[in-house]
Amino acid sequence: MVRQIGQTTLGIVRDTGDFTLFCGRAFLSLSKTRRLPRRILRAVYEQGAVCLPVIAIVGVFTGLVLGLQGYHVLSRFGSEGLLGTLVSLSLVREMAPVLAALMLVGQAGSAFAAELGIQRNTEQIAALETMGVNSLGYLVAPRLIAALLVFPAQAALFVVLGLWGGSLSGSVLLGVDSGVYWSAVERAVEFRDLRECFLKAASFGVLTTSICAYMGFHADRNTSSAGARAVSASTTRAVVFSSITVLIADYVISSFFI
Amino acid sequence: METTDFALEVEGLEKGFDGNAVLKGVSLRVPRGSIFTVLGPSGTGKSVLLKCIGNILAPDSGRIVFEGRPLRDPAAREDFRKRCSFLFQGNALFDSLTALENVALPLEQTTSLGKVEIFKRSLKALQQLEMKDFADRYPGRLSGGMQKRLALARAIVTQPEIVLFDEPTAGLDPLRRNAVFSMIAKYQRRFRFTALVVTHDVPEALAVSDHVALLNQGRIAFEGTPAAFAASSESGIALFRDSVEALRQSLAAIRSEQPAIS
Repeated sequence: MVRQIGQTTLGIVRDTGDFTLFCGRAFLSLSKTRRLPRRILRAVYEQGAVCLPVIAIVGVFTGLVLGLQGYHVLSRFGSEGLLGTLVSLSLVREMAPVLAALMLVGQAGSAFAAELGIQRNTEQIAALETMGVNSLGYLVAPRLIAALLVFPAQAALFVVLGLWGGSLSGSVLLGVDSGVYWSAVERAVEFRDLRECFLKAASFGVLTTSICAYMGFHADRNTSSAGARAVSASTTRAVVFSSITVLIADYVISSFFI
Repeated sequence: METTDFALEVEGLEKGFDGNAVLKGVSLRVPRGSIFTVLGPSGTGKSVLLKCIGNILAPDSGRIVFEGRPLRDPAAREDFRKRCSFLFQGNALFDSLTALENVALPLEQTTSLGKVEIFKRSLKALQQLEMKDFADRYPGRLSGGMQKRLALARAIVTQPEIVLFDEPTAGLDPLRRNAVFSMIAKYQRRFRFTALVVTHDVPEALAVSDHVALLNQGRIAFEGTPAAFAASSESGIALFRDSVEALRQSLAAIRSEQPAIS
């Protein structure tokens, strides 16, 4: 029992150290990567543009639900005028960075982990190394930089569409005055809220992209399965760990801002 | 021969996995500008040997020397990497890039050549391998033989001095096996690189190689010319060399024992 706890602890410490080294090497490899802007642009497209419809749909419906639920709670206290405050602060501080990150993990992160896993399995990563190409610099570093741009941008889009969704359900469907709604939004959101939103989004971007990259890159380390199953297992782990990390990091960052 | 006559020297190389020794002190010397083939049964460590040389796997002990400099030295390793190409058993082509992009990749990422020059050189490499008409095709839409040629085009585009071939004929039928070995011989003579090939295809390898070695149970059991290998009467060598013929004979015997169906 004690031995098992010790071995598990050592395993966690080893994996954490290995992951940290991996991230450090990936960022350091930026200086060795040629034609980086082109790779970053492509990564921005793959992470950002491809995920736009999902972010838009989830953003609008999150706003709609917030408007609907918020109206019925606030109307009990005769405070329907605060609907804009509730929707905007919920979105900016928590829901937009967290939900946008989870959507991006589900769509772009899983695809990235699977792609790297297949590249590992078919020796494409080994081929890069034998060519003298830094595989981390070529495959991972552009994605990390793109994540720093895409996650905050997607969170901002989520906020805008969420606010519009809130207005749609609160003002158009439930009768809250539109001017009251938008002026409450304007009064409620401060610079520090936006800073929190973008900091969270950028942190989630780097963390989840690193986790997905690490899992896919080391798909061959999976001892319980091999081949296609190893790729699917590493992709599943990438999505699960990334999602959990988003929620843990959200709590940690929020505790610094409150 | 002088030391400098050898492109590559391997001394006492050992490598194991989870306590199982795969290479048990392998030593060989690859003459410059030759086709050197390492033969051996499947699972005897040929690919592991090549991956240790190609710097994909780290050996447990022993030395790999490139032009007199051990590859443990980072500068020598970097130099070796620039002057060596590796052809993987499964080709390891980038399936999301076209044939032209595959060939251009090493030039784009390891040289400071301009876009036009990279395009010219990549197209020339494809042309030399008779693949120019398929420049816009993705590897998944090429036949096995074409993929092999594309992998070779990618390997030669950087004008390497050494090309490592890992089981280049794995999974191919006899006709294609012959075609691949002919291709290796043809382009090795044209581009004058040193070719180190690992395979278990004895007749084809003997036909094109300048030197052969037999790797058996993690050790080099023979090293010499194809003629010496073909003439050797040593039991271990003869057993492996004549295994194809022995299989043919035993199959013929089984067939002759079957009762005739009326």
